[in-house]
Amino acid sequence: MNHDAYPDNYIRGILNSVKSIAMVGASPVNVRPSYFAFKYLAQRGYDMIPVNPGHVGKELLGKPFVASLSDIGRPIDMIDIFRNSSHIMPVVEEALRLDPLPKVIWMQLGARDDAAAAKAESVGIKVVMNRCPKIEYGRLSSEISWMGVNSRTLSSKRAPVPTQGMRLSLNRMSVGGGDTAASDRAAKNKTEQS
Amino acid sequence: MSDRLPGFSTLAVHAGAQPDPTTGARATPIYQTTSFVFNDADHAASLFGLQAFGNIYTRIGNPTNAVLEERVAALEGGTAALAVASGHAAQVVVLQQLLQPGDEFIAARKLYGGSINQFTHAFKSFGWNVVWADPDDISSFERAVTPRTKAIFIESIANPAGSITDIEAISTVARKAGVPLIVDNTLASPYLIRPIDHGADIVVHSLTKFLGGHGNSLGGIIVDAGTFDWSTEGKYPMLSEPRPEYHGIRLQETFGNFAFAIACRVLGLRDLGPALSPFNAFMILTGIETLPLRMQKHCDNAKAVAEFLAGHPAVASVSYAGLPSDKYNQLARKYAPKGAGAVFTFSLKGGYDAGVSLVSKLQLFSHLANVGDTRSLVIHPASTTHSQLDDAAKVKSGAGPDVVRLSVGIEDKEDLIADLEQALGA
Repeated sequence: MNHDAYPDNYIRGILNSVKSIAMVGASPVNVRPSYFAFKYLAQRGYDMIPVNPGHVGKELLGKPFVASLSDIGRPIDMIDIFRNSSHIMPVVEEALRLDPLPKVIWMQLGARDDAAAAKAESVGIKVVMNRCPKIEYGRLSSEISWMGVNSRTLSSKRAPVPTQGMRLSLNRMSVGGGDTAASDRAAKNKTEQS
Repeated sequence: MSDRLPGFSTLAVHAGAQPDPTTGARATPIYQTTSFVFNDADHAASLFGLQAFGNIYTRIGNPTNAVLEERVAALEGGTAALAVASGHAAQVVVLQQLLQPGDEFIAARKLYGGSINQFTHAFKSFGWNVVWADPDDISSFERAVTPRTKAIFIESIANPAGSITDIEAISTVARKAGVPLIVDNTLASPYLIRPIDHGADIVVHSLTKFLGGHGNSLGGIIVDAGTFDWSTEGKYPMLSEPRPEYHGIRLQETFGNFAFAIACRVLGLRDLGPALSPFNAFMILTGIETLPLRMQKHCDNAKAVAEFLAGHPAVASVSYAGLPSDKYNQLARKYAPKGAGAVFTFSLKGGYDAGVSLVSKLQLFSHLANVGDTRSLVIHPASTTHSQLDDAAKVKSGAGPDVVRLSVGIEDKEDLIADLEQALGA
């Protein structure tokens, strides 16, 4: 997979197929991005599991924190890693010891570790890096359009009014080939400078 | 679902708009309301905390305006946009996110006269110091960079003479300086030039002009290219530092490649207040649906009118980048191959008096201070839009006393030429 630009169909396929998501680094602090993303994905019907050894014994929106991926004790479809790039590899290595393996490993906005990605992909796991599943879900459903964000999708169909807990259709026509190149241009510019 | 690339005209009609979920209305409804009900206290708190997508109050966002925002973002190839009350409001909101008192920004000397005034006087009182550079001399931008420089501002097609700016060359200077390049794309519209493709980080528009196109509604917009890295510590604190207004959220970290547009909305528009009326957003959206058709006609007419003027014995010179002999023709071929826009200047051998006489005799061209209307417009910049500049600055910005500016409309070109001919003739 080219991790500089993902086709919308790749992201759409992941978000349409996974049901359970373990969020590594989920925070109970309600101004942290991991908290918003956790809450949003739970509201859109995903089975969310907060993973953070610092908060075991507490709950996040009614879901008990677990210390590590191996403590979840049941199969999970996707691991969403809310950690800096330098902390990705150990999480991926732990994920690769799970049985069954997760189908998807997702690294949050700003996080990227190509070596860890290659390791996961070599055993058939789909990888997304430097993206936010909340933003991508909001974009492909066009819910994010309320904020003036370019969803890069079109549709002439009437959508149902979104309500709490409802899954939204992500099956809109993509614009611009669906590549999300712009978000990586900043990173590329940075590399060029150094 | 197929991933394919719709063309510009398809985006101009469809981007951002889908049938209204409640009623099925196909045209975008005008949500003429100040406020929106919350589902419950938790929903309200999530919206206020920027944790959920949705509407609160029209000063922060409105569903009609949101369609306009997404449409222009799509046409410009940006990640997000924010509509505001006017082009001038867009400039205030953009620079408020970038500059602290005592900071500097570099601006091209060739700009709309109103922008020159805003930068020179109003912004000076905020402690935002403009440093002028010459768009015909790229090294003047390099020389203007200091440690306090926070942005570079240019027009793609520049007022008043329709000169073409070398966006790529200036974007190289901006990138080297580590500051965003802001391009005012009003006179080109994204149909002619997409500055983001040439290295712009932020695009602003007066929607009042070609995008709205009909001269009936004011509006402005800010497009975030998603290309600039705001994370450098302390340089752009509105984006990189925890915001006390939002319980310590860092916008750059939370919103990634559309953080600048969010900053403009939740820190700029929310606190400064220049919201666009949803009715104006509707009018401008309706205009944008025909942008590709109108813009091509504007350009074709402008070229015909410029060619006529260039051959007329009463005319001393014509500044139109679409003419092969023009100084900016090479840049026009590179940046605006479909046409060099429809705003340009010419000067009359008879000087100031001949200009005044021409304006008074024209029957179809309207004498007024706007551009980018369906109607053809004429103005004498030295006595109007650029009147507050001193004589040297007038000449430097291309608005000398003998200069007349046209904004060529979408009437039949034969009628426009006949009108100019009768007004020049007798």
